[in-house]
Amino acid sequence: MSSILSVTDLNVHYGSIHALKGITFEVKEGEIVTLIGANGAGKSTTLNTISGLLKPTSGKVELLGESLMGCPAHKIVEKGMALCPEGRRVFSQLSVRENLEMGAYTRPSSEIEDSLSMVYEQFPRLKERSKQTAGTLSGGEQQMLAMGRALMSKPSLMMLDEPSMGLAPILVEQIFDIIKSLNKAGTTILLVEQNAQMALSIANRAYVLETGKIVISGTGEELLCDEAVRKAYLGG
Amino acid sequence: MLSYLINGISLGSVYAIIALGYTMVYGIAKMLNFAHGDVIMIGGYMAFCSSSYLGWPPIICVLFSIVVCTVLGIIIEKLAYKPLRAASSLAVLITAIGVSYFLQNAALLIWSSNPKAFPNLINLPSLQIGGTQISAVALITIAACIVIMIVLTLFTNKTKMGKAMRAVSEDKGAAQLMGINVNGTISLTFAIGSGLAAIAGVLLCTAYPTLMPTTGAMPGIKAFTAAVFGGIGSIPGAMIGGILLGIIEIFAKAYISTQLSDAIVFAVLIIVLIVKPTGLLGKKIAEKV
Repeated sequence: MSSILSVTDLNVHYGSIHALKGITFEVKEGEIVTLIGANGAGKSTTLNTISGLLKPTSGKVELLGESLMGCPAHKIVEKGMALCPEGRRVFSQLSVRENLEMGAYTRPSSEIEDSLSMVYEQFPRLKERSKQTAGTLSGGEQQMLAMGRALMSKPSLMMLDEPSMGLAPILVEQIFDIIKSLNKAGTTILLVEQNAQMALSIANRAYVLETGKIVISGTGEELLCDEAVRKAYLGG
Repeated sequence: MLSYLINGISLGSVYAIIALGYTMVYGIAKMLNFAHGDVIMIGGYMAFCSSSYLGWPPIICVLFSIVVCTVLGIIIEKLAYKPLRAASSLAVLITAIGVSYFLQNAALLIWSSNPKAFPNLINLPSLQIGGTQISAVALITIAACIVIMIVLTLFTNKTKMGKAMRAVSEDKGAAQLMGINVNGTISLTFAIGSGLAAIAGVLLCTAYPTLMPTTGAMPGIKAFTAAVFGGIGSIPGAMIGGILLGIIEIFAKAYISTQLSDAIVFAVLIIVLIVKPTGLLGKKIAEKV
């Protein structure tokens, strides 16, 4: 399996705070990789840096063998990476359909219809509500919209930041089922989650972040059984 | 009575066109561009120079004025506001006031403080409707305002760029994640707003044909009032706010007092904001989280 994303010795500072302290990891084609860790461990910082919203102080990020350093966020989408951001951040005053169209902003308009019907098939709820403004959707529907929007760019790598946040347990399961089926359909996934149990159960591989450093890594199953991980993140 | 109404709507249409510039820039860049009024003045001088000194035909003069102001808008944004993207809104506001003084004083230096007689670019006979004379300028102003309103609404709702503009106005970070060039979108907004300011400048100077470096200041403030009155950030709001303001001003001048008309206009603004702080069409968005 070839590497889709490789991150090497990445350092990020917020002013004087050293948020990421030289992390190195990779995501291979077809995998679901998850980053777990406590609040403030640097999970979202990692995704925001990879997607170009934050500038690292040093280190290397490569997508499909091509360096992303110095590339502005809006150019990175074209290279095949989509981030479904923390807190969903749908455009609440745009309609559901317009939100999805924005997801395909970098693609020729002739290809949009196909992707739209694909997303509607995956999320029938969005089709029913395509004319509603996104702000009127429920939390679960907004999460689906944010994921659908990210899919509209046809990414080779899709990054999801806390997709389960604030959702009822039944919806969380539904969201994770969708992530699995997206992966089966060929999308490589990098998942950041606080819900470590769920994330590890669907992940091929996982990394544990602690205060800006990767402290443990392994397959999802290995980490589910790991004593330290169980104690710290899975409630014993 | 009818002629007052038409004059009011016509003056209001000018305010509305200026207010659109304020409101669009506010919607996207979240800043009050207080130099906007002075772009109107530059637009007026450009049309004046190209017509009086160069003798170009009116339509070419108007187009020339639009092109210069559009470029000026983009340059102002690049040089003055873009470096402050991450700064506090107060710093941006003060900079905008600085740009406003800069433009006024540059005009003072180039064209001196003597008022210039603005050439009549719209040379058409006035219209007779039921015993009332209505000037062609008034009608053209109103027509221009309606056309601009329709085109802008279609642009923001139907085109990919327009939708991207709305996306940027809501969440710049998320818009970037979609692949939207946020800086480019902000530039485009300034370009559109400044181009509209040029049109407003020509219409204003045609209706009130004295041109001075401070010509844009008062209409600028009033159009800003109109934008707030209608609900800042809202395109139809700017339109309605502008036209209402124009009507109120003309009627106050006609029936109450010429000197007090501005005071009355601003008093109405204060009352509207007390009753409805978001302006007439300002949205309070109901949003589930």
